[in-house]
Amino acid sequence: MSDILLEVNDLKQYFPIRTGFFQKTPLKAVDGVSFTIGKGETLGLVGESGCGKTTVGRSILRLYEPTAGQVIFDGEEVTKNNINSMRKKMQMVFQDPYSSLDPRMTVEDIIGEPLDVHKLYSNKKERREKILELMNYVGLNSEHATRYAHEFSGGQRQRIGIARALAVDPQFIVCDEPVSALDVSIQAQVINMFEELQEKLGVAYLFIAHDLLVVHHISKRIAVMYLGKIVELADSDELNNNPLHPYTQSLLSAVPIPDPDIARSRQRIVLEGDVPSPLKMPTGCPFRTRCQYATEQCAQECPTLTDRGGGHMSACFNK
Amino acid sequence: MENKDKNLPKKSFLSTQIDLSKFAPATDEEKAQQDVMSESTTFFKDGMKRLFKNPLAVLSIVLLSLILFTIIFVPMFVPYEYDEILKVDGKRDRGAQNLAPFEYSEMEQEFIANGGERFPHILGTDELCRDYFVRVIYGTRVSLAVGLFASIIVLIIGLIYGSISGYLGGKVDLVMMRIVDIIYSLPDMLIIILLSVVLNEVLVFKPGTILAELGTNMISIFIVFGLLYWVSMARLIRGQILSIKENEYILAARSIGAKPTRIIKKHIIPNCLSVIIISVALQIPSAIFTESYLSFVGLGVKAPMPSLGSLANAARDGIMSYPHKLVFPAIMICLIVLSLNLLGDGLRDAFDPKLKR
Repeated sequence: MSDILLEVNDLKQYFPIRTGFFQKTPLKAVDGVSFTIGKGETLGLVGESGCGKTTVGRSILRLYEPTAGQVIFDGEEVTKNNINSMRKKMQMVFQDPYSSLDPRMTVEDIIGEPLDVHKLYSNKKERREKILELMNYVGLNSEHATRYAHEFSGGQRQRIGIARALAVDPQFIVCDEPVSALDVSIQAQVINMFEELQEKLGVAYLFIAHDLLVVHHISKRIAVMYLGKIVELADSDELNNNPLHPYTQSLLSAVPIPDPDIARSRQRIVLEGDVPSPLKMPTGCPFRTRCQYATEQCAQECPTLTDRGGGHMSACFNK
Repeated sequence: MENKDKNLPKKSFLSTQIDLSKFAPATDEEKAQQDVMSESTTFFKDGMKRLFKNPLAVLSIVLLSLILFTIIFVPMFVPYEYDEILKVDGKRDRGAQNLAPFEYSEMEQEFIANGGERFPHILGTDELCRDYFVRVIYGTRVSLAVGLFASIIVLIIGLIYGSISGYLGGKVDLVMMRIVDIIYSLPDMLIIILLSVVLNEVLVFKPGTILAELGTNMISIFIVFGLLYWVSMARLIRGQILSIKENEYILAARSIGAKPTRIIKKHIIPNCLSVIIISVALQIPSAIFTESYLSFVGLGVKAPMPSLGSLANAARDGIMSYPHKLVFPAIMICLIVLSLNLLGDGLRDAFDPKLKR
């Protein structure tokens, strides 16, 4: 397939954690994740806190040096050596709009920084024009250019962050929970903006979030992560209507529905226990300690992500 | 006014909800009124504004500028030199020893009685018939210069060392900080004494240059500051950088593809600049203090060049008969150190975002 933009193969990211004086145990933040993203497509990535969603995003951009696995972008493997030129094509939007903007820089300098780093302009006038165009894209006024980040609201700050990511004209943006820190009305604005920008510029997104409704709205396909592994990957409508993995089922049953009649009538699957520590992963399937369908087989071997028909992938023996 | 928009939801008469048809949509002009924007201020301007609201800080700024003005311009108007033994009409004035403030010697009184004009000895004279006022001013010059230069040396070395150690982290940081620990444990007095002994033998300056006038003791004080005193600055900056490094905007800069030097220069240093300014402001008085006590024990500037510490030391001999000779340099040291400390405190309060009101 030629329209595949990004391919992630068996990506592993372990962090050594000092557990004793000389002993180091690897913390398996991401443990063998594979997926593809097409050109101009949005893949949603959901999971609970600490399951490794953010780490996947950062490892793709090589903000962490991956332990194993490869990332292929546009037919070219991303390595330590070519990452700097790759960063013109891959960008990131961060979760916290308050700490992701340097408090000592004006908006103009924040958005202009990628232009400075990659020397994408020939004179000051061109730089300013490009910055104003970017600000226009994300709905900021030109008089905002000389202001400092702390003078803006959360939604405006996130727009600045998005404009910064767009500055190098990337083909792919990792959106690391870009709306989690915003209130709901602003979330809608920002998400609509993401969609508009995709239509206009044809960028692909890896949209990381923990809100299934948001992800369902924006993405074509959704991957569900649990303890560093993808447990289910399907088209977003298919995943919503016909979840196969018990973890996805329980996640979906927890999504609030704005209709009290339906909400009361549906059955809520409540998971028991806590997420196991990633330092002491359970044998076999990582979800088996909390799964109501767990069998002997689940404790012995780890289910792989297999196609259950129509591109709906699930990592469970029972479904 | 009634809203004619047909898409508005119908209000049930039982509902307590506000009737939407009574509201008209805001015009663009009205919307624009809601955009209240305060004056755009930079972090630096904001801090300065708060600094000038602090009366103690303003007082110390005024005091420091007065002192600076005095030591720069006043020696131009006083007709005596710091190493000049007083003469009247070309003849040595042997009676002008240890005069009290504004007192004239016998020869000078005679000279004035005969119609001559004589500039008053504002702070009297010393035991070698030199004008004490000029000596105190020159001593202040030397002390302030030492404080400033020593702080700059400390700042440059500490900044470079601390930022490298803090930014790279890990094993590099571990090794660099152990070196700091070792240097921290060296006794500075001993090193200064040893260095000035060695440098006295090794360094020979051309007579008449500034370095020769300062003397090897002074040079060794600078070298010792450069060798020893930067460690606390390096530790401070390392700590700052370790905490700033964790911010997401550093990660954002990395994801853009910025190189470490750019990240340190453009993001990290500006963000710990306030801490740096404050610690330099507090470093100057401590350097002046060190210089003063080194001069006091006889390791300071070479005679006849005065410094506040050596003036105080010389005044110790006649403390019963001429206490004013100790009082003036001591007051000068106190004023400088106090006002710099107060200014440093004021800067810290003004630039610490946690104390922002």
